Amino acid sequence: MSSHTNDGHTNDYVPHAPGYVDNEGPKVVTSRFTYEDSFTLERSLATGGYDGLKAALAKSPAEVAQEVKDAVVLGRGGAGFPAGVKWGFMPQIWPRYLVVNGDESEPGTYKDRLLMERDPHQLIEGCMIACYALGLNQCFLYVRGEMPLAHERIATALNEAYAAGYVGKNVMDTDVSIDIVLHWGAGAYIVGEETALIESLEGNRGQPRLKPPYFPAAKGLYYQPTIVNNVETLANLPWLMVNGAEAYKTMGSEASPGTRMLAVSGHVKRPGVYEVEQGVVTFRELFYDDNYCGGIRDDNDLKMFIPGGGSAPWFFEDQLDIPMEGRTVGAAGSMLGSGALVVMDETTDAVKAALRVVRFFARESCGKCTPCREGTSWEEKVLQRILDGHGRPEDIDLLLEIGTNISPGTYPVASFGDAGLDAVPFPPKQTTICPLGPSSVAPITSAIRRFRDEFEAKIDASADGGVAAVDAESEPVVAAAGGH
Amino acid sequence: MSRLNAANVTLANEIISHYPKKKSALIPLLHLAQEQDGYVADDAMEHIAELVEVTPAEVLGTCSFYEMFKRHPVGTYMINVCTNISCQLLGGEELLHHAEQTLGIRPGGTTDDGMFTLEDVECIAACTEAPCLQVNYRHEYRLSTDDFDRLVADLRSGKRSDIPAHGTLGTVRQHIPADRRAGIKHPDDEGTPAWFASRQPAES
Ligand SMILES: Cc1cc2nc3c(=O)[nH]c(=O)nc-3n(C[C@H](O)[C@H](O)[C@H](O)COP(=O)(O)O)c2cc1C
Ligand code: SF4
Ligand code: FES
Repeated sequence: MSSHTNDGHTNDYVPHAPGYVDNEGPKVVTSRFTYEDSFTLERSLATGGYDGLKAALAKSPAEVAQEVKDAVVLGRGGAGFPAGVKWGFMPQIWPRYLVVNGDESEPGTYKDRLLMERDPHQLIEGCMIACYALGLNQCFLYVRGEMPLAHERIATALNEAYAAGYVGKNVMDTDVSIDIVLHWGAGAYIVGEETALIESLEGNRGQPRLKPPYFPAAKGLYYQPTIVNNVETLANLPWLMVNGAEAYKTMGSEASPGTRMLAVSGHVKRPGVYEVEQGVVTFRELFYDDNYCGGIRDDNDLKMFIPGGGSAPWFFEDQLDIPMEGRTVGAAGSMLGSGALVVMDETTDAVKAALRVVRFFARESCGKCTPCREGTSWEEKVLQRILDGHGRPEDIDLLLEIGTNISPGTYPVASFGDAGLDAVPFPPKQTTICPLGPSSVAPITSAIRRFRDEFEAKIDASADGGVAAVDAESEPVVAAAGGH
Repeated sequence: MSRLNAANVTLANEIISHYPKKKSALIPLLHLAQEQDGYVADDAMEHIAELVEVTPAEVLGTCSFYEMFKRHPVGTYMINVCTNISCQLLGGEELLHHAEQTLGIRPGGTTDDGMFTLEDVECIAACTEAPCLQVNYRHEYRLSTDDFDRLVADLRSGKRSDIPAHGTLGTVRQHIPADRRAGIKHPDDEGTPAWFASRQPAES
């Protein structure tokens, strides 16, 4: 079907692509990963590289955009919004820009870096196809700062592609001219949020803008219409242009066609990055089948797992048979997010795991809004003192209350059959400018709902009833100040 | 404590030419300054402010937001150990603890000989290869404490020439030859690309 699908899968790690497993199944975006020189222009061209761009240029921009819409290419950056529909939100205003989100830093996520390091030409080709469909001539490829190998591979590939006429003036000897500029960040998780990414690309502190009015499609880079798409989303386009929407939709489920790169980390026998058909494979198959992770380490019991990156509410044994499909996972109380699955076995301390994820959000809060800036650090402090044996009896309620100040209402959680508790569907509400603050509430509500006894046991065992940790002037201000 | 040298001013102007507005080049230019000196010096920030035509305070405002910019000298090698969730589950904190013991410094500290700075960092997009770390942002995967000791010994004895000194990120830069450019213009001077209008089907 594809012009560049490898025959026969080794079902094993590919040493030059650390973590990538060449599992059975169709390969859309990782088809070149088994080649050691997959990042060179030579290998790319020998395996169908830039055929998709050629096919696109033979059509009108509107036809290309329609093909992307027909194929239902869901965004792979986190929210899972269909790219073709998002593209349609752009008003007829120029100049307009494409900004590629290569800031990958959601805890557990490892896929965009592989795509940038292993197949930069595929990404560049995808960018060119999107620029053409959107009728724009300037694209900025924003790569996370801590990824120098990706910078080198993309810079080399862009220099080659400019010289060979695939990017720049008169692309493939046509009248079409498009520039792609490699840009790089400097370390800040929040910059992955699309409006913060734009601020950062303008040379500012990477703090999110308020939506509305600053929806990027309407008012983005330099307050002009801007599409922000994830690296993996765009990497799908060359295959789509060569093979067409009908072929694309033969993979995956009806609502979620195609494949996704999934990083499975933690306590599985074979952690790795797998390209998997969306919406058909279940979590159980992914964790236990030999084609994928091969079971939990030491054949231990599963305790919990994060289905979509640090921001996602946790799932448990009860959710294992859900297919990995955005809508289904959302209804079950979490999200597929950035394709990051973190598996935790029975030996894991739920309080410690929750604290680690919360600490991440506390460190990465950009400080622009109060509920997140204050709330996340209080969440961290309270969890830390519970873990350290200084927890107070009221701390569990305090944690939940701080959470409510950041995300009002009932926070999304998975169902808990044994306790007769139903799922609360995704997404959470927010009192904040962006979803980072609310994300910090996910591990807390997930852990407390399931493992309240573990929190209580730690608090009961606290030698001093929490007195040592209480400092008169550091009473949690947010619990009193929030809620309006 | 230095301004950008002549070669870097040329490079800086080339980088600025890649953007519709000069200020967009701020972060890449701060990296350039850090590459030159190993950290971002105050004079370099003033120089960058002149180059992109903003105030030094704006440059500082941006610089201070981002973790990678160091405003004081650090070790030749920054060792960044990931302790986020996937790594924590497989020994990331123990690896950090071992690094502290071995190097005799706490996260944020630099060894007396100026060789190493240690940091406790968030997810570095290698979660399936836990526990992992970066040396000057180059990844090392699935490390045991023995692997860590070997790494440090190799760095001390100069065996890791593949890892450039702190400040240098990618060793390859994008260059857009003048005759290959589609044309990057200020937003005020930019309209609908001519090719787009001519390629849209006639009104249907
Ligand atoms: C706190 C936060 C961090 C994010 N980080 C990333 C990221 O690293 N990479 C990414 O592609 N999207 C990230 N996103 C999602 C982007 O805002 C945006 O939705 C996405 O890049 C759109 O691309 P897509 O439609 O192709 O998925 C983040 C969102 C939030 C709220
Ligand atoms: S929610 Fe947190 S990260 Fe998002 S804008 Fe507010 S303070 Fe910044
Ligand atoms: S959690 Fe350590 S690399 Fe992602």
